[in-house]
Amino acid sequence: MPGTDRPGRIVVVGASLAGLRAAEALRDNGFTGELTLVGEEDRPPYDRPPLSKAVLLGRVRAADVTLPARRAVDARWRLGVRAEGVDLTHRTVLLAGGERLPYDRLLIATGTRARPWPHPGEAALHGVLALRTAADAALLSGLLDAGPRRVLVIGAGFTGSEIASACRGRGLDVTVVERGPAPLVGALGGTLGAFAAALQRAHGVDLRCGVTVTSLQGRDGRLVGAELSDGGRIEADVAVVCLGAVRNTEWLDGSGLAAGPRGLACDAGCRAFDMYGIVTDDVFVAGDVARFPHPLFEYQLLSLEHWGNAVAQAEVAAHNMISEGPRRRPHLAVPAFWSSQFGLNIKSVGVPTFSDRVVIAQGSPAERRLVAVYGYRGRVTAAVSVNRAKSLEYYERLIESAAPFPPDPATTDRTVAPTPVPSDVPDPRQLSHGPTVALTGHLPDRRGLALVRRES
Amino acid sequence: MPPETLFRRITDYASRADPYPLYAELREARVARQEDGSYLIGTFADVAALLHDPRISSDLHNRTDPRAGGLLPPPDDMPPSFIGVDDPEHDRLRRLAMRPFGPPHSPGRIDGLTGEVTRIARELAGSLDGRDRIDLVDDFAYPLPVGVICGLLGVPAEDVPQVHAWTESIIAGFDLTPGQDEEARTRAAREARRGMAAYLSGLAESRRGHPSGDLLSDLANDHGPDGSLTPGELMVTAVLLLIAGHETTVNLITNGMLTLLRHPDALALLRADPGLVPGAVEELLRYEPPVQLLPQRTPLTDVEVAGVTIPRGAPLILVLAAANRDPLRYENADRFDPLRRDIQHFGFGSGVHNCFGAPLARLETRVALTELLRALDAPALVEDPPPYRRSPVLRGPRHLLIEQATGGGA
Repeated sequence: MPGTDRPGRIVVVGASLAGLRAAEALRDNGFTGELTLVGEEDRPPYDRPPLSKAVLLGRVRAADVTLPARRAVDARWRLGVRAEGVDLTHRTVLLAGGERLPYDRLLIATGTRARPWPHPGEAALHGVLALRTAADAALLSGLLDAGPRRVLVIGAGFTGSEIASACRGRGLDVTVVERGPAPLVGALGGTLGAFAAALQRAHGVDLRCGVTVTSLQGRDGRLVGAELSDGGRIEADVAVVCLGAVRNTEWLDGSGLAAGPRGLACDAGCRAFDMYGIVTDDVFVAGDVARFPHPLFEYQLLSLEHWGNAVAQAEVAAHNMISEGPRRRPHLAVPAFWSSQFGLNIKSVGVPTFSDRVVIAQGSPAERRLVAVYGYRGRVTAAVSVNRAKSLEYYERLIESAAPFPPDPATTDRTVAPTPVPSDVPDPRQLSHGPTVALTGHLPDRRGLALVRRES
Repeated sequence: MPPETLFRRITDYASRADPYPLYAELREARVARQEDGSYLIGTFADVAALLHDPRISSDLHNRTDPRAGGLLPPPDDMPPSFIGVDDPEHDRLRRLAMRPFGPPHSPGRIDGLTGEVTRIARELAGSLDGRDRIDLVDDFAYPLPVGVICGLLGVPAEDVPQVHAWTESIIAGFDLTPGQDEEARTRAAREARRGMAAYLSGLAESRRGHPSGDLLSDLANDHGPDGSLTPGELMVTAVLLLIAGHETTVNLITNGMLTLLRHPDALALLRADPGLVPGAVEELLRYEPPVQLLPQRTPLTDVEVAGVTIPRGAPLILVLAAANRDPLRYENADRFDPLRRDIQHFGFGSGVHNCFGAPLARLETRVALTELLRALDAPALVEDPPPYRRSPVLRGPRHLLIEQATGGGA
């Protein structure tokens, strides 16, 4: 195939799911040149979803979680090495220790890391940890094996809820403290949040909503408890900090790329933008660190922390890295993710936060089996199933075809038309965050941008 | 020819050996309204969409005319099995049946049958040794799955011939060809179903409180979070598992060998590397699926497909075998390629009614083809096309005569 068998040097920074799948796709697409993968962790790419599920339940050891290699990638692996910068002018990646890796094409797939507990002294207590890496999972499952009196989970997003589920599965006492009104509310809105709250309580979770942890307390360097904003106090030997993810973009500061706390912005073909919004042609981005425009969601720049997005975006990026202009493809996958907790299978298509209303279109919370469909300005934008995943393809098509919301109420397991209610998610117009730059200069040829730094 | 008669031509016995040109015609039309008011659908995208569409019912009671489309109306004297009802009832029954059969509660049950399936397959294949003429259906493809499903359910071996007789009558009732004997066939099918149901519920009842390790025992004695199957539900579930548990697999094995005998290169490839058999079975499920079409779907509301409105209550017939060969979905869709990598077929349907027995069918067919390829010596088809069974729904050869090179000694 002309135009796809390109030699040259490709560097992939980030050796996890997106980086590995991109490397495989590059070779599958006929790339014969030199391929280098740089990864900060010192082990080969592995799968993360089992870390908060099977590993914590003791069914799999963290060390045994891997990613299947689809094919040999014939790459130079630089594992256990941090990338510290990119020089766009000289097309080099700067590694810790001063080494410079030249590239013809660069793929940035550095992903995210767990947001740390804000007080370093408290974060250093034995028993306090976050869950993002296999090493974290090994540490946490060891702590759970030791039979703590109580586990404190700080934050009830998907990771926090899955950890709470695993703790209950092991018969451990667990307290979940969530700043918002319910678990999962930030991702799924009020209706399913209320369902998740009832579910957790039914499984014996001590769930505290509308509350934050104000301090973690230790004795002899070990965690013993926590104080809450409502004046309450918890005694716990283990605290898992589940406050979301931070995008690994700091290493790009000063590179001139459009990288910030929200990720590295790119076009629909995974080509990174520079800070002026001008597309680069040799720097690509994929996975959790990317922010990309999606036409189904009004071209808002989306950052997704989804397994499937990492794979799909990596494959598009790899294809485009070695394809001429007209042969390039857009990344148009409909976002999808899944979770398993408290014996339930939760799956999502579309972007539930991109909504103003929600309706339980099939099943009901009482049955613990339902499909919630989300709409924005009268069209279907997302659907979330609980133990009912086989209908999701139907809703995915409704999303793809901009079908009207609410959807047709005549379904096989529904006799009365359900009523849509507000979806209780943050206003979707706020999804696109403002620029973190300021304009400088006054003359046309002097105008430029300066990054405005804010501590997050 | 007008698309209004397409279904008549597909169900015409003369089309049985090669319905694929008619399926191509159907894909061209996308939606083909039939003279009796039913609708045929056959492209990959449309079939996929409708199989996952919660507005499409599998319960014939939702049909404006339950007799339309040539199907047996649901019997009033027996509860429907889970393939004939919708969620949430379908889900409850299917979950109860799944508990002893598959994951998460019985993850090893089917896998644990590998030894037994291999033993039966080797025994049957061994009996072919030295014979210069074999009927692959009667001598192998039929007895293997019957032996397996009867063993799994706990049906004693001496009752298998009776099971066979009942099954024949029930399957004849699925024959959609209109015309002579319709009344008698329907009556016989119902009689047979009643006979089998009474027999299986007797077996199950005798095991209530006396579990003997088989599936019927487990179904009769299981008390999970959904409760238990009522005696009536247990009876129809057992009938369904028994019939669906072998009728389709017979055709999959036979269609598989027929296809391999028509493609000697593929046969040689699999013989040289049995590790390729699982992939080849998937391709067979795409290329020659035993269930050619699903005749019992009904829209609960007016549903639009390709610009055509299919009215609520109309018979909707999803032609899986046509979708499986959609050239818009597959490169060289009409080519059998055991090394094909991108296979997302409807050989087991899809959506909520996705084939319950798929893991067992896969296991049996993999073992069957592996053992046949090992045992047969330079096999050749005696007759091509072979004589087919009547049913256009469960399509497969009635006999598949094969000659072996061993002839000299016989």
